Amino acid sequence: MTTVMAVQRRTARRTAVVTLVLAAAVLAVFLLALSIGDFPIALPDVVRTLFGNGTVRDNYIVLRLRLPRALAGLLAGFAFGLSGALFQRVLRNPLASPDVIGVTAGSSLAAVLCLITFGVTGAIVPAAALVGGLVTSVLIYALAWRRGVTGHRLVLVGIGVAALAASAMSYFLTRSDVRIATQALVWITGSFARVSWTEVRMAAVFLVVLVPAALLLGRALSVLQLGDDAAKGLGLRVERVRLGLLALAAELCGVATSVGGPIAFVALVSGPIATRVLRTGRPGLLPSALVGALITLLADFAAQHLLSGTHQLPVGVVTGAVGAPYLLFLLATANRGGRS
Amino acid sequence: MLRETTTGLPRRRRAPLGLGLVLGLVALGLAVVGSVAVGAKGLPPSVVLDALLHHDPADPDHLIIWQVRVPRTLVGLLAGAALGLAGVIIQGVTRNPLADPGILGVNAGASLCVVVAISVAGIDSMTGYVWFAFLGAALAAVVVYGVGSLGRDGATPLKIALTGAACEAAFRSLTTGILVSDNATYEQFRFWQVGSLAGRDAAVVTQALPFLIAGFVLALASARTLNGLALGDDVARGLGQNVPAGRALCALAVVVLCGTATAMAGPIAFVGLMVPHAARLITGPDHRWLLPYSMVLAPLVLLVADIIGRLVAQPGELQVGIVTAAIGAPVFIALVRRKRVRG
Repeated sequence: MTTVMAVQRRTARRTAVVTLVLAAAVLAVFLLALSIGDFPIALPDVVRTLFGNGTVRDNYIVLRLRLPRALAGLLAGFAFGLSGALFQRVLRNPLASPDVIGVTAGSSLAAVLCLITFGVTGAIVPAAALVGGLVTSVLIYALAWRRGVTGHRLVLVGIGVAALAASAMSYFLTRSDVRIATQALVWITGSFARVSWTEVRMAAVFLVVLVPAALLLGRALSVLQLGDDAAKGLGLRVERVRLGLLALAAELCGVATSVGGPIAFVALVSGPIATRVLRTGRPGLLPSALVGALITLLADFAAQHLLSGTHQLPVGVVTGAVGAPYLLFLLATANRGGRS
Repeated sequence: MLRETTTGLPRRRRAPLGLGLVLGLVALGLAVVGSVAVGAKGLPPSVVLDALLHHDPADPDHLIIWQVRVPRTLVGLLAGAALGLAGVIIQGVTRNPLADPGILGVNAGASLCVVVAISVAGIDSMTGYVWFAFLGAALAAVVVYGVGSLGRDGATPLKIALTGAACEAAFRSLTTGILVSDNATYEQFRFWQVGSLAGRDAAVVTQALPFLIAGFVLALASARTLNGLALGDDVARGLGQNVPAGRALCALAVVVLCGTATAMAGPIAFVGLMVPHAARLITGPDHRWLLPYSMVLAPLVLLVADIIGRLVAQPGELQVGIVTAAIGAPVFIALVRRKRVRG
């Protein structure tokens, strides 16, 4: 009995340390993103500017140009990581991330419709993406409902809906001028290059409500993990909690997508990476969210500065190209074979 | 050959399943006729028949039949059969009902190679795409299967599926990376990406045929292996099967079939995913029936979808990939909602 408690205490301590280290890393990359660019600004000056004592030049570069983009990466990555971990744990399926089950596909389709069919740009596109993602999630949930929802059925239905949305998108992309289609392609890949304070503010308002709610309700996950019958026996309203967690996860994903597009892969890998770092066998919510923010900030940093000159890649290209080999590495080196 | 593979089944089930396969073939025949007869230019049946029987190269109507509709129908027939078989094998080998050429990264690999071909090598014809799509599909399948089977317990369904998702994302981002900076390539690629049977000439069919025949033979020969694998690796080994060799042969069949189908018609969603599920509802889990049924039903679905695409959006047309997704998604979701599709 005492050894069990010792193991538990060690796990808790490890979780706390890992979470702090991750948070520090996120902060470091965030500050680095504010400091490095065409006009490098020393870190002390960045900090001074953030506290409102910057020069006019630093104020313009840091607060107007770099801060919205860095915040967008931070918020979107955090929300994707949290959303992915919630989906994966509620549905007990490592494939059940919002990018696989069609939530981001719905967002993208709505954005493509705006950009191509209705010729709308600006703040309407992210709003449409948010609505599109939510409508799609409701649709997927309703279609998968059959006296309760199982993870397996939801993933399958989601994949069906995702494929439908993807093919509709391909079709609309053939129906327009190639320059507009390229713009839409950048959007559905994910990019922070054109993010303004409007999107960041909108996302921040949503996340202030959603993140604490998700972390609080997420405490029920360890009970849910015992299986439906045991959880019911412990007095948990299983269906309702599950629905609540999934709704929160879908909204988090929608908000994240509305900031910078459906950035490939962040939601899918954050959980597995956090699991591996924590060595707990399942993704903790806060560590997963921090991993998401870290990946996204690093990827956007690489997207901005990797290629020389004016050439910039959309951040989604980098997350896919870098995240995928890492997941492959995890799979190749994991001894337990990933059965969960 | 069919008779030989059925001897293990109880007599009671054999006759209805055989009859069903014959009915499927009849329906497929009707779809072939429809695909040749229906099109943007309405041609009376007598002209169609005349063109097929007494080809007159000087008659423009005959040219439409021979140079447009017949190759198109053949592409649909062959690509459909290939996708159906590949779907059964992938789902069988990975014991994963989510498995599909699209989900396992094979389509994304083919797409990446096609984009590189257009962008770097300046290839701009369907006959040129075929080889690159094939190469890409093969590389993707080898990578997915290779990485997925690393580690102590080999290629578990979950590892294969995750590896596929990872590779798909990687390939897709590289593809997008090229496309966003190269408008000219995107202009060509986006039309290939939708998945269509139109605009393929007879040379595409001729090039693909040897690969397809090899793939068909491999696939149909894998029924026993798949039946064994369905019982789990240990049981299969106990039945005297060489599990790694069986898996490798199946993987080879999938590469050849998916690669060729994608090369011919572009990345067509859903047929490889949906048809085996539908076939399983009729045949049950025996791969000796599942494979031939899927081989007949998949081209039927593809040809009917193509005909619908030509009719609904006149004077233009919807590409077949859109129609298969539009038909496939609801059917697929309905199947998922039924209890008989198990995990």
